[in-house]
Amino acid sequence: MAVTSAPTAEVLVRRSLSAKKRDVRGRVFEAVLILTLLVSMAVLVVLLLDVALDSRSVWGERTLGNFLTSQLSADPATAGIRQALVGSLILMIFTAAIAFPLGISAAIFLEEYAEDNRFARIVNANIRNLAGVPSIVYGLLGLALFVKILGGITGPEVEGRSVISGGLTLGLLVLPIVIITSVEALRAVPNSIREGAFGVGATKWQMIRHHVLPVAAPGILTGTILSLGRAFGEAAPLLLVGGITTFFQSGDATPVEQLRGRFSAMPVLVFRWASLPQAGFRALTAALIVVMLVALLLINATAIYLRNRFEKEL
Amino acid sequence: METRTQTDKTVDLTKEKVRTPSFDVSSLAGQGDPMLAQNPVMIDVRGLHVYYGDFLAVKNVDMPIRQNEITSLIGPSGCGKSTVLRCFNRMNDLIETARVEGVIEYHGVNLYGDSVDPVEVRRRVGMVFQKPNPFPKPIYDNIAFGPRIAGWNGKMDDLVEESLRRAALWDEVKDKLHESAYALSGGQQQRLCIARAIATSPDVVLMDEPCSALDPIATLKIEELMLDLKKDYTIIIVTHNMQQAARVSDRTAFFSVDVSERGRTGYLVEFARTQDIFTKPEKKQTEDYITGRFG
Repeated sequence: MAVTSAPTAEVLVRRSLSAKKRDVRGRVFEAVLILTLLVSMAVLVVLLLDVALDSRSVWGERTLGNFLTSQLSADPATAGIRQALVGSLILMIFTAAIAFPLGISAAIFLEEYAEDNRFARIVNANIRNLAGVPSIVYGLLGLALFVKILGGITGPEVEGRSVISGGLTLGLLVLPIVIITSVEALRAVPNSIREGAFGVGATKWQMIRHHVLPVAAPGILTGTILSLGRAFGEAAPLLLVGGITTFFQSGDATPVEQLRGRFSAMPVLVFRWASLPQAGFRALTAALIVVMLVALLLINATAIYLRNRFEKEL
Repeated sequence: METRTQTDKTVDLTKEKVRTPSFDVSSLAGQGDPMLAQNPVMIDVRGLHVYYGDFLAVKNVDMPIRQNEITSLIGPSGCGKSTVLRCFNRMNDLIETARVEGVIEYHGVNLYGDSVDPVEVRRRVGMVFQKPNPFPKPIYDNIAFGPRIAGWNGKMDDLVEESLRRAALWDEVKDKLHESAYALSGGQQQRLCIARAIATSPDVVLMDEPCSALDPIATLKIEELMLDLKKDYTIIIVTHNMQQAARVSDRTAFFSVDVSERGRTGYLVEFARTQDIFTKPEKKQTEDYITGRFG
């Protein structure tokens, strides 16, 4: 090479090393990404602000406790969300009790036991499809199955339009999601752990019980709790299986009677109140949405908290 | 001395577990070359073929593995040495399509016999894997898991200490037995895996390239450990590292591979004393590989 003198080499190297300006496309790409993020955030912020502002008049006149514990009513000045709040809570417990054991068990079978054959692949693909089925379709299924056919069991007094029917419908709705997230969590457990367990003479059950499930638990837990969040916000299927929004009295019914009785739920109430003509209900709807968002935030925060706790224990 | 008695205890345990009549291994001693002292055969491999589906992955393996020796399996990538190793504790059962033909006799019992439970096999034939794979649990529980599920009801603290001492890890971890095994270095994790494997007091310990993920110092420690362990165990090791095979093993099996358009089929080329394999191999193929003229 002709260039051997020190200053010339230094100049050349400096020039070639300071080529920042060349990566124009990379910078444009990054800018576009930031922009899309800002747009999504902005939509969310506008939505939250709008709801919060609309609900202001309610919080001015009444306390949160009063709003949460007052009965459903046609009078916007006194209407509260008591039955809807209790209804949503019971529905969530019911949904969890149905979907969690069934979904997690199904996932363990699919991931740890099922042979990788044609049948298993078809089942797997269809569970993924089921997770994408619109919730209203589950509502129709719930209406046909739990309300019409099994109405005598689910709620003989109320023509099957009971908490049980609602909970079973929501359970079916989130079941595929629970299965999918659990399968993913199980799949994320490194095979080396399974081999290690087999290597010291563990049976399949011991391997799953002592090594796979503890490692997969945070993921399974997070996924299932997040799926509850989905069930919590669903209005359409509950409208079909008979969630009501007018005053009703559960009084001192026994727990079983309550489960077989009528129910309300927060998303159903949002749907009804939003379509009422009185101006007072506009603010009430906004207040109810605020309550729902806070509840949803709590559900998600619980999921994150539990995941962190479990992961620390490992 | 203390270590010695502890080990005797665990050996008793093994005897208890063996339900089949003990094979009189001493009768085999002295077979073959009368000039050389022979250890009895612990595992006898005869006419082993391994298939994945209908594809033949390894063919024609015959080798007697002798007690208290280190047997190394060497050969180029894809020659099936790990596949063969995984036959000794029926780890290949975990691969749905894998099928084994031939006989692997352990104390005279065919490991692939109809009534043999792979779980029981793995309690007698321990395994250490290529990448250290401790359980994501405290060090103590890593060791205690195997004996616990095997129904061992002696004093667990002693067994944990003994196993860790045997794996030359005790002094490094005795103050943090209840901390996660993941906090250990790679070499320590691998020694923990060795301790875990010997905690169930197996007869045989399989090692699948146990040092390939470790630095030279950790490798040296594991090699010293193997030489120490062979007094009580029979060790079979797969290694990529010919120097390692030469350093630690008593016998060496050299595998090679036939490449056809359907895939690669491994086979055993030569099985002999390590010093013979490395100084006067019988087959030209072995010599080429040893001297680096392979391929």
